[in-house]
Amino acid sequence: MFEKALVGSKRYWTWIGVLLVIIGVGVVNYLHQFSYGLGLTGMSRDVSWGFYIAQFTFLVGVAASAVMLVIPYYLHHYKTFRRIVILGEFLAIASVVMCILFIFVDLGQPMRVMNVALHPRPNSVMFWDMVVLLGYLALNVVIGWTTLGAERKEVRPPAWVKPLILLSVPWAVSIHTVTAFLYAGLPARHLWLSAIMAARFLSGAFAAGPALLILLAFIVRRVSSFDAGREAIEAVAKIVAYAMSVNVFFILLEFFTAFYSGVPMHSASLRYLFFGLDGHYEFVPFMWVLAILAVVSLVLLVIPQLRNNHTLLPVALVAVFISTWIDKGVGLVVGGFIPNPFETITTYSPTAPELLITLGVYAAGALTLTVLYKIAIGVKEEVGT
Amino acid sequence: MSINRRQFIKLAGLSAVLSVGGITAMDRMKANASVLPSGARATASATGQIFGESKPPLTAKRWGMVVDLSKFETPEDYQKCIDACDYIHNIPDFGEKKDEVKWIWTDTYEHTFPDNNPDNKLNGEPVQFIPEALKEKPFLLLCNHCDNPPCTRVCPTKATWKRESDGIVMMDQHRCIGCRFCMAACPFGARSFNWRDPRPFIKNVNPEYPTRAIGVVEKCIFCVERLAQGLQPACVEKSNGGLIFGDLEDPNSEVRKILSTRFSIRRKPELGTQPSVYYLIGGIKNV
Repeated sequence: MFEKALVGSKRYWTWIGVLLVIIGVGVVNYLHQFSYGLGLTGMSRDVSWGFYIAQFTFLVGVAASAVMLVIPYYLHHYKTFRRIVILGEFLAIASVVMCILFIFVDLGQPMRVMNVALHPRPNSVMFWDMVVLLGYLALNVVIGWTTLGAERKEVRPPAWVKPLILLSVPWAVSIHTVTAFLYAGLPARHLWLSAIMAARFLSGAFAAGPALLILLAFIVRRVSSFDAGREAIEAVAKIVAYAMSVNVFFILLEFFTAFYSGVPMHSASLRYLFFGLDGHYEFVPFMWVLAILAVVSLVLLVIPQLRNNHTLLPVALVAVFISTWIDKGVGLVVGGFIPNPFETITTYSPTAPELLITLGVYAAGALTLTVLYKIAIGVKEEVGT
Repeated sequence: MSINRRQFIKLAGLSAVLSVGGITAMDRMKANASVLPSGARATASATGQIFGESKPPLTAKRWGMVVDLSKFETPEDYQKCIDACDYIHNIPDFGEKKDEVKWIWTDTYEHTFPDNNPDNKLNGEPVQFIPEALKEKPFLLLCNHCDNPPCTRVCPTKATWKRESDGIVMMDQHRCIGCRFCMAACPFGARSFNWRDPRPFIKNVNPEYPTRAIGVVEKCIFCVERLAQGLQPACVEKSNGGLIFGDLEDPNSEVRKILSTRFSIRRKPELGTQPSVYYLIGGIKNV
């Protein structure tokens, strides 16, 4: 099936070329970081994780969100998702690829990455995160490729895929739960030390991932003859509406406990992020964009007349995506380090090389996604479904 | 690195003994850090005694430290301890905060014990009804060698671990992949990362101790290499009695005797990590 990615229009190859250039810029900057050290980034002794780990955290959620299509289609036989489910599975693959790359570029000694497999410590959540992420990648590659191959031959997928599909449902939940546990079990990071962290991660993921998926489906419809179908898109939009409502609710729960309890350290990071602390306001504009976009998206998604208006829907989905991205991809990881263990403030902002490496990883994900979608669409055009 | 005859014989003897156990002289550092089986360690120290130079290693069930702040009177009192550590362990000095590496350093009471000093405001003024002398008093900070360390729990490669024999939280810089999970887990900001090559920034290189590569985490290890040679940690040696080092599980040790008679506090005890560093704040004067 891979040959379908090797034939395409001029526009297709231009897009591939643009992505390769961005990846190239990222690689050059990564080589610089590799020789100079992670000091090339904005990270420091106090803020020891930054933009890379934040993107990783956000993208684990996007990967996990494929389950929002898999459950209705495979568990409830909701046939409307027949055409769109493969887009979800392939988005999961591209997201996990980016997750792995973001972890890799964040390592101080990347050549030793195999130590995680050679000397594993089962108590370490990071070890389990590696296990569940690689497992999830394998599951989606096998499931996506096999079902697409069967579709091409116009036969039913082999029976052995079904148990794997069922397994992929709890597995998707596990990847984001384990990723939340990276943070939620650390004793002195008050922003992260919250029992609702995993639930909040999942709700945000189930809003961000499907929102991105609909936007991708709109793009696919524009550049190819493949249409996921109006009914499918509106059903996914309904999922986004529920997930985003729950997500905002969960964020508000964090605020209640932190502020009503009056325990200063429980609210210190939230105060820094949303209102500024000790004269530091670096993240305040971002967090208020998050808040405003969350409200805008909820208004546009919860009212059915607005949600089913396909001119407004992309606006709502972009609002959901940016809002959830700021939540996990900007505020959450860095916010956990501010204030530091001495209750003082060391700020963080990514450097230019750090941003270019980040962009390179996103381009690598976009390339993976483009190739996979090209194959999927090629197959669907071939068999005329 | 030049060595004299004495050192050569010492090293050769040690190498011979260690190679019996299949361990090369390259691992001397680690061997001294008593990761050897106890039989081999006994032989190694016996060899030392034959040559009549090194003392028997200092051992304990759980090493701990008492910081008696009344003994630190001038800035030099602190600096001597810090300088000794910096030199012995090849700590780089980058001259800026972002890339900073430190094993032992000073900070204020307010930052050392932030939980005792919530940033509540009373009429716009921070609530700080504490002795004036305490407000400006520098505190010595280092790894707490917690009995229940969160940093070792999270390490995905066992590059940091609590040594069962004496409770020291160890660090293997050759195993570390530089993921920095331990830095996120440590409630005391005790860990540093080599954000860039530290070697050009080491003022005087101590050839007796390894320098570090780029991209690994490091921290205070209670001078395991000195304990193995029968020496007290470097900072303790330079502290004029301000730092007392001993076995927390031995009721007759000096640290236990002090802790049973004088009131001490530990950093963030509410987190349950059980720090092994205790602070005596009675009788302090302004520096």
